[in-house]
Amino acid sequence: MAERAVKLPDVGEGIAEAELVEWHVKVGDIVREDAVLGAVMTDKATVEIPSPAEGRVIWLAGHVGDVLAIGSDFVRLEVEGKAEPPAVMKTTKTIAQPAAATPLQPAVAEPPAEQTKPLASPAVRLRAREAGLDLRQIQGTGPAGRITHADLDAHPAHSSVGAAATTYLTKTGVEDIKIAGLRRRIAEKMSIANSRIPHITYVEEIDVTALEDLRGKLNGQQRPGKSKLTLLPFLMRAMVRAIAQQPMLNAHFDDESGIVHRHDGVHIGIATQTQNGLVVPVVRHAESRDIWSCATEVARLAEAARTGSASRDELSGSTITITSLGAMGGLATTPIINHPEVAIIGVNRIAVRPHWDGAAFVPRQMMNLSSSFDHRVIDGFDAAQFVQRIKTQLETPAMIFIDA
Amino acid sequence: MNEITCKLLVIGAGPGGYTCAIRAGQLGIDTIIVEAEKPGGTCLNVGCIPSKALIHAAAEYETIALAADRNSVLGISTAKPSLDFAKTIAWKDNIVRRLNGGVAGLLKRAGVRLVAGYARFRDGKTVEVETQSGLQMIRAETVVIATGSEPVALPFLPFGARVISSTEALALTEIPKKLVVVGGGYIGLELGTAFAKLGAAVTVVEAAPRILPQYDGDLSDPVARRLRALGVSVLTGAKAKALVADGTALEIETAGGERKTLDVDKILVTVGRRPATSGFGLELLDLDMDAPFIRIDDKCRTSMRGISAIGDVTGDPMLAHRAMAQGEMVAEIVAGHRRAWDRISIPAICFTDPEIVTVGLSPSEAGQTGFDIKTDLFPFKANGRALTLDREDGFIRTVARADNHVLLGIQGVGAGIAELSAAFSLALEMGARLEDIAGTIHAHPTQSEGFHEAALKSLGHAIHI
Repeated sequence: MAERAVKLPDVGEGIAEAELVEWHVKVGDIVREDAVLGAVMTDKATVEIPSPAEGRVIWLAGHVGDVLAIGSDFVRLEVEGKAEPPAVMKTTKTIAQPAAATPLQPAVAEPPAEQTKPLASPAVRLRAREAGLDLRQIQGTGPAGRITHADLDAHPAHSSVGAAATTYLTKTGVEDIKIAGLRRRIAEKMSIANSRIPHITYVEEIDVTALEDLRGKLNGQQRPGKSKLTLLPFLMRAMVRAIAQQPMLNAHFDDESGIVHRHDGVHIGIATQTQNGLVVPVVRHAESRDIWSCATEVARLAEAARTGSASRDELSGSTITITSLGAMGGLATTPIINHPEVAIIGVNRIAVRPHWDGAAFVPRQMMNLSSSFDHRVIDGFDAAQFVQRIKTQLETPAMIFIDA
Repeated sequence: MNEITCKLLVIGAGPGGYTCAIRAGQLGIDTIIVEAEKPGGTCLNVGCIPSKALIHAAAEYETIALAADRNSVLGISTAKPSLDFAKTIAWKDNIVRRLNGGVAGLLKRAGVRLVAGYARFRDGKTVEVETQSGLQMIRAETVVIATGSEPVALPFLPFGARVISSTEALALTEIPKKLVVVGGGYIGLELGTAFAKLGAAVTVVEAAPRILPQYDGDLSDPVARRLRALGVSVLTGAKAKALVADGTALEIETAGGERKTLDVDKILVTVGRRPATSGFGLELLDLDMDAPFIRIDDKCRTSMRGISAIGDVTGDPMLAHRAMAQGEMVAEIVAGHRRAWDRISIPAICFTDPEIVTVGLSPSEAGQTGFDIKTDLFPFKANGRALTLDREDGFIRTVARADNHVLLGIQGVGAGIAELSAAFSLALEMGARLEDIAGTIHAHPTQSEGFHEAALKSLGHAIHI
């Protein structure tokens, strides 16, 4: 009598361990060769493990639910005869190698197979293999039936089979990318924001034709040393004025202590894409800045963020945030609130759209605002009212500058 | 414990392993290679490269010694040469060092991480390496076993102070006065010839009826004649039996069955190499074997998914360039390319004096294909360049199908003809016919004309014979 270990075979691509889901035998059982010993489960399939030999079960690797390493002992059997090397596992059908697994070096004693191969140069062979063509199916027109590049070109299967075979390779690799640094911080922040804040997103259409006219004129007669005006400074000023009437929107919600910290100062975060990912530099005290000052500060912070020279202070402390993807702004977005703030204003792309003015369709420059609010502390009505206040100002830009 | 992951892990930085890793690196695959010794494997450290250095030094020495004996037909005479063997070895070591550095540099440039230490399988995806800084775990999607091979010892002649393998023979500090080479294969004869030229009294003990039994007699005869001329005593059909008690003599049994003792300073045992398949947890994986080798398919895959094997560990011929070609192929397969082993020829060179080159099938192997065969040879006796080198021994031989004249094999034996192997291999891989060789101008005066003439002769119109 001798002991023989049955090892857990590699039951699937790229796995190192498998979960034991069922035993078909118990210690003391007599098993025949090929009898199922047990089953293991990978994330892809359940695989039954057969016995490679006849014998009596003397040891099992664990209990159902245990995770076993590939290559570890699965079952130990007491078998007839002398001790053998660890059982050569005749694995299940699911993992058997293709039958074509012949050793590639013909032994010196049996050389002939080599020479019945189709005659073709290495370059032709490679090209055929990549095209999925079997050279044995191709009639060679070269000397002694040698297959030439021209023969491959002429082969009818080359265009169809060949193309299908080469263009789309099966790829099975999975690359693990460690999420670290800024990306990890973004991931954590987004998780907190999205899991803790019940978002309500409100999308409204805004006619920015007048605003764009004004912006164009201001930029046209711009004084040297001043930043070019984008839409953002106007939006910022409109937000400041809307916040004056709805201060609840400019706040931090500390949900653990159940307190909303309403800020007097309006510190507007500007979501900015950098090489490493998303950062949010902050324009402080937007309530005290005019259009030009807002523009200059936005430009300075965006540059600092992109070059990585923004300080910690400049990247934190916002009380409300604007997110804008500019020309990529899309039709509508569902912005994630910059926790612990309670509102975020998303700027979508400006496009010329037909607008019914009551008598005819006229081309107008239209832009959507997609804004999200923390529904725990901001009701839908207040959210809508806030956006409407902004809309009114942006559609009639004079209102941004005139105190009512 | 430290754990790192990669897409491709190569175990062993010999010619197969490092080629695989460099190619993988070029293809953008995240690759780690594990090697306990200096990169380059047997080939670079204790095989091809150092032996060729020693063989070259020995040939140079012999030429001068011949002149000193006033035996030079070229009319050159000189004083008796002397040999500073330590300097010879230092020169050889320097070449090895340069190439070690070269391989390490190439790996680095390809972005391959080199982990120094012995690898050991934990399971099919995980390997642990004992590095100087502790145990390192490496998890990989694909593992390539490229652990190579090691010299086989004879049970009654274990390696020791006097009984040495090729590895120690390449690191001797002085020339043994009396050297017995057990095993007249290519490794034993390459080294035996070199030591004979350097002044050792060399005896070759070969169990088979002739030396170089893996070659046919036509190819091995010129080598046997040259060994005789060099004063090497070749005992064929003879068996090494035992070391005499004090270790200064070897008892052998001659072809006639009588016992004889040979005085020895060193006994070089070169009876073969065996694959390195133990000592690194390979048993754990239960791979299918072609005993003693790891069984692989035409993509170098083993019986376990995600594990490939290349080089000596996968079978004969145990040659660096076969391992390199396999390594390159495996890297490309891992990168998603379609590849499979389809090489016609793995050239083999025996760096004896004269050298033997074989590609493709020998006449007897070709005879077993079922095709009618045409075999012809052209002797260097009729080659002008061979005469000007004072080396008219040897020949070039072509083996072709009689019906369509496609070459099936090419062999040659002659001084310095190793470099002709490139032309021979190319002819076979391109599917050349005798007419292709006949229609190619071969430069005059070179030994390569022998190839041209052999083909012409097979076609019935050799010029120079």
